[in-house]
Amino acid sequence: MHVTSPARAGQDPRLVGSLQESRGARLYRRMRFIRRFEESLLELFDRGLLNGTTHACIGQEADAVAIIEHLREDDHVFSNHRCHGHFLAHTGDALGLMAEIMGKPEGVCGGIGGSQHLCAPGFKSNGIQGGIVPAAAGIALAKHLDGSGGALSVVFIGDGTLGEGAVYETLNLASLWKLPLVVVLEDNQWSQSTPSSANLAGDMSQRFSAFGLPVFEIDSTDVERIDAVAEEALDYARTNEGPVAIVIHTYRLCHHSKNDDNRPAEEVAARWELDPIELQGRRLDAATRAAIDAEIESALSEVVDRALAL
Amino acid sequence: MGDALRAALEDDDRVILLGEDLVDPYGGAFKVTRGLSTDFPDRVRSTPISEGAIAGISAGLALAGYRPIAEIMFGDFLTLCFDQIVNHIAKYEAMYDGQATCPVIIRTPSGGGRGYGPTHSQSLEKHFLGVPHLRVVASSLVHDPSAVLRALLNQESPVLHIEHKLLYPLHLTLPAGGRIEGDIASEHVSADGLPTVCVRPVAREDCAFTVLAYGYQAELARRVLSRLAMEEEIFGELVVPSQISPLDWEPIDASVAATRRLLVIEEGVEGWTWGSEVAARVSSRFFGELLCPVATAASDATVIPSSKTLEAEMLMTEERIEQAIRRIAS
Repeated sequence: MHVTSPARAGQDPRLVGSLQESRGARLYRRMRFIRRFEESLLELFDRGLLNGTTHACIGQEADAVAIIEHLREDDHVFSNHRCHGHFLAHTGDALGLMAEIMGKPEGVCGGIGGSQHLCAPGFKSNGIQGGIVPAAAGIALAKHLDGSGGALSVVFIGDGTLGEGAVYETLNLASLWKLPLVVVLEDNQWSQSTPSSANLAGDMSQRFSAFGLPVFEIDSTDVERIDAVAEEALDYARTNEGPVAIVIHTYRLCHHSKNDDNRPAEEVAARWELDPIELQGRRLDAATRAAIDAEIESALSEVVDRALAL
Repeated sequence: MGDALRAALEDDDRVILLGEDLVDPYGGAFKVTRGLSTDFPDRVRSTPISEGAIAGISAGLALAGYRPIAEIMFGDFLTLCFDQIVNHIAKYEAMYDGQATCPVIIRTPSGGGRGYGPTHSQSLEKHFLGVPHLRVVASSLVHDPSAVLRALLNQESPVLHIEHKLLYPLHLTLPAGGRIEGDIASEHVSADGLPTVCVRPVAREDCAFTVLAYGYQAELARRVLSRLAMEEEIFGELVVPSQISPLDWEPIDASVAATRRLLVIEEGVEGWTWGSEVAARVSSRFFGELLCPVATAASDATVIPSSKTLEAEMLMTEERIEQAIRRIAS
C-alpha cells in the first residue's frame, strides 16, 4: 500500500527532489525547501514587501515532510493556519504560494486566501481552529461512500486546537462511523504565547484513545523516525476501518506569527539543538548537503524574483 | 418537505441526509424524514448531538462533490453551527477563488407558537442574513418545496433553509392558473429558479399597499389580507419571496412601484432585522415616491416565554399584523 509521492505536478526538482536521490537526501531537501521558503517570507516581511500575517512552521518541517511522503494521489489533506509546510510538501508549488502571500492574482487562490487559506488539488487549509476537523471527516465520509479503498482524509491540528469542542464532536462521529480519517496532532508545546501545561488537562493521547482511535505517538524532530511512524500509521489506516491519530511532540523554533515570542530564550536555544534540518543534514556527506542547499537557494531566489515581478 | 427530500434522494445519489434522530421509526423530531432511512439506509444518517460536526461534516461532503442536506433539529440550535456556516461553508468558494464549492443545505424547523419556550421557539435567521455567499431560504405555503429544493440542488451556493414548524401540518396553497383560492396570484422566478409569489384580491393598480412576508408570517398575513378585502374592501398585495437573503428585488420593486406603501413582517424579534434592511433599501430606491415611510413589524425583543399566553403577547400574531396593516393603509 505504500506509495511514495515526492513530487506531484511539475514542480522544480531542485526544491522537491526526485526518486533518483536517496530517501535521506530527499527528506532533507524537502525540509530545507520549506525552511528556506519561510525564512524568505520573513525577510520579505522585514523589507515591507508583504502585509498581513503569517505563521511559520520553522522547527516542525519534519512532520509535514514525513507524513506527506506516505500519501497517495487520492488522499486529501486539510491543514490549519500554520499550513505552508504542509502545502509545500504536498504540492511543491513555491511560486503559487509566494504569489498568494504577496496578494497577486497568480497566487494559488488569486491572492484572496493569503497565508492561511490555501487550496490545491487534494489540499485545503483554513485559519479557524478546530472547524477543519469535521470538514476533513466529511471528506473522509465521501471517500467511504465513494468506496475508494484505502484513500484517506488527513487533517493537521496543533496542541492549542485541542481546546476546541468541534474536535471532540468529530472524533466521536468519525470513530462511530469508522471513517478513514487521520488526525495528525503536531504538539509544538505552545499555543501562541501560552504553554500547553497551562492549556491542557490530562493526557494528550488519551483524548484520542478515549474515542477508540489507535494513537501512533512520537516525541522527536528526527524526520527519519517520524517517517517510520507515519508509514506504520498510514498503512494501518489504509488497511483497517476507522480513524487513527498520529501525535508528534515537536517544537516551534520561531515565533507564533511575527515578532510575538516571549518564550524563555534558554528553552528555545536548547530546542535549536534538535533542529530537524540539522539532524538530517548531519546524515548527509558535506558535498551532497552543500549541493542541495545551493540548488534550493537558486531555485527559491528565482521564485521570489518571479513572484515579485508578477 | 418529506416528499421533496425523497425526490432529491431518488434523483441524485450524491444527496446525503444528516441530522439528529432522522432515522426510522422516529423519522426526525418533526417527522419530515419519516420513511427515508428505510429506503436509503446509507444516505440518511442519524448523528450524535453535535450540530457543529453535522455542519462541518456536511461541509466536507460538499467539498468532496456530494450534496449534503443537514437537519438541525430546532432553529435555535443554529448557534451551534454558526462557525461552520460563516467561517467555513459560506467562505470556501470565494476564499479559494472558485476552486472549490461547498453546496451544503442546512434545513431547520424554526419559530414559535407551540409553547416550547425560550430556546426551542426562536426565528434566528436574521443573524444569517447578509452573510456573503450564503442563501437564506424560507418555506412558505405558496411555494412548492420540491421545486425550491430542486432549484437549490441545481446551484452551488450553500443554503440555510428555514421551515416554520407551524407550517408542517398545513396544506400548500400553490398558485394555479393565476389564482390562489379566490385571489389573483403571480409568480416571479429568479434567474436561479427561486420563486417569489405575489397574491392580491384585486388588480395590483387597485391595491393600496404592499405587504412583504415569508414563512408562517406570510400565511398569517394572507389570512388577514383576505379578511380585510372581503369585509372592508381594504386591498393590499402580499409578496412572498422564497429566498429572503439575498433578495430578488424585482417583484418587490414592481409591487411597491404600484402601491407606494410597504409593510415588512417577520417573526424574529425587532431590531436589526430583515425588515430594517428592506426598509433601508426600498426607502432609498423609492425616495420621494413613497406615500408613507416603510413600516416594519416583528416580535418583541425579549425571550420567548413558555407560557402560551405570554408567548402570544410578544410574538407576531394575526392581530398585530392587522394593526400594522391598518396603520399603513390609513
